[in-house]
Amino acid sequence: MATETLEQPIVKKERSESLLSKRRRKFVTDPLNDDNPITIQVLGICSALAITLKMEPTLVMSIAVLFVIVFSNLIISVFRNLIPNRVRIIVQLAVIASLVTLVNEVLKAYYYDMYKVLSVYVGLIITNCIIMGRLEAFAMGNKAWDSILDGFGSGFGYAWIILAVAFFRELFGFGSLFGFEVFKAIGIENFPNNGLMVTPIGAFMIIGIIIWIQRTKSGYVEH
Amino acid sequence: MQQSNAYIIIFSIITTIVLGGLLSVASVGLGPRQKVQVELDTKKSILGAVMEVQKTDDVLGIYDQKIESLVVDIQGNQVETDESGAPVVAENISIEKNYKLPPEERLYPVFLFKGDNGEVDAYILPIYGNGLWDVIWGFVALDKDLKTIKGAVFDHRGETPGLGARIAEDAVQSRFVGKEVYDPNGTLVSVSMLKGEGNAPESLDVHTVDGLAGATITARGVNNMLQNYLEHYQSYLQKIAS
Repeated sequence: MATETLEQPIVKKERSESLLSKRRRKFVTDPLNDDNPITIQVLGICSALAITLKMEPTLVMSIAVLFVIVFSNLIISVFRNLIPNRVRIIVQLAVIASLVTLVNEVLKAYYYDMYKVLSVYVGLIITNCIIMGRLEAFAMGNKAWDSILDGFGSGFGYAWIILAVAFFRELFGFGSLFGFEVFKAIGIENFPNNGLMVTPIGAFMIIGIIIWIQRTKSGYVEH
Repeated sequence: MQQSNAYIIIFSIITTIVLGGLLSVASVGLGPRQKVQVELDTKKSILGAVMEVQKTDDVLGIYDQKIESLVVDIQGNQVETDESGAPVVAENISIEKNYKLPPEERLYPVFLFKGDNGEVDAYILPIYGNGLWDVIWGFVALDKDLKTIKGAVFDHRGETPGLGARIAEDAVQSRFVGKEVYDPNGTLVSVSMLKGEGNAPESLDVHTVDGLAGATITARGVNNMLQNYLEHYQSYLQKIAS
């Protein structure tokens, strides 16, 4: 019975809905701000703290997560009526783990430096609750195209937050962005690097400040 | 609809086979390229012990031009063929596998860094040991006087980021440059990291370098692998010095 109940569409569907209708656009835009996986749902904090030291690995991580979340959403959504309900979590995990391993292998073959920097954290995408959360909450009950959009939404929502954190950490921790020494370039030779930003505590504080600003603006309160 | 057990089992089996097959194909397909990358990385760190390697450099080209390699055993005798008679190539020796053997049975690669006139400028020796969480390794380059450290690179598998992982940073590795591994009497003393960081420069002599704050055990691991491998290479170094 369980798969049938999941079949119920969340919103009533019309026959000839455009590929980017207003309802569908919300799948992408909502996670960027009002329903952000990191700042509102407070998921995926572990990797957000660990890999946001510099911009370059953070960007690679964002792309990896985006790839995994979009494709696992797609695969689970396509097979949602075939997946036995009692083993669905295992199946979701298997799909995520396979995609993550694939990303890891490709990184190792084509981007070895980054593979060494990200090392274990690429593997830890498997345990990133954002992805499991989207599969269970969305892809199991929605059509493929909607799931892809939802994947992009959550992926970008995750990406822009960790990129924002990495921006401040690399800027103040190393005085550079993507390895380019910003402060030297604008003529400040002796910019003191902030040691706090280099530690995960710095990431905690920046995420905290982002959450603070965002919730002050939106008035969101956790109940 | 509650699926039958048979359906669940068959579904699981098919999923496993499909996903497993997919990953095997990816792994086999990407294998050769990964091997090249690993080789490139090793050669980069060998060269990194004696020179600055830029991202854009033709690492393999410089390596072929500058590095000559040989393999020795613990007595310092050159090993050219293995038991079956096949030639031993220093680049193909896994330090990790050899580390598991007793020191007397290991093979020790030596990488000779040649200057422009073809003379040996530095001896680059691989080192290997245990850090806090997992193995650490590196290359130490001895100057042609065979006692001054010309450069060192260290790497690690799982040391704590920001603490022990700092052994992979240039700033830490450059502390070893110019230090001496033998005392004036010719006894091996190696170079060790002190406990704690920010030790007064007066307290450092030619055999000690500043330590790592919060990473005493990793630093001790570095000390041990340096000491151990310099001992293992001692007979070879004495042989070429005489």
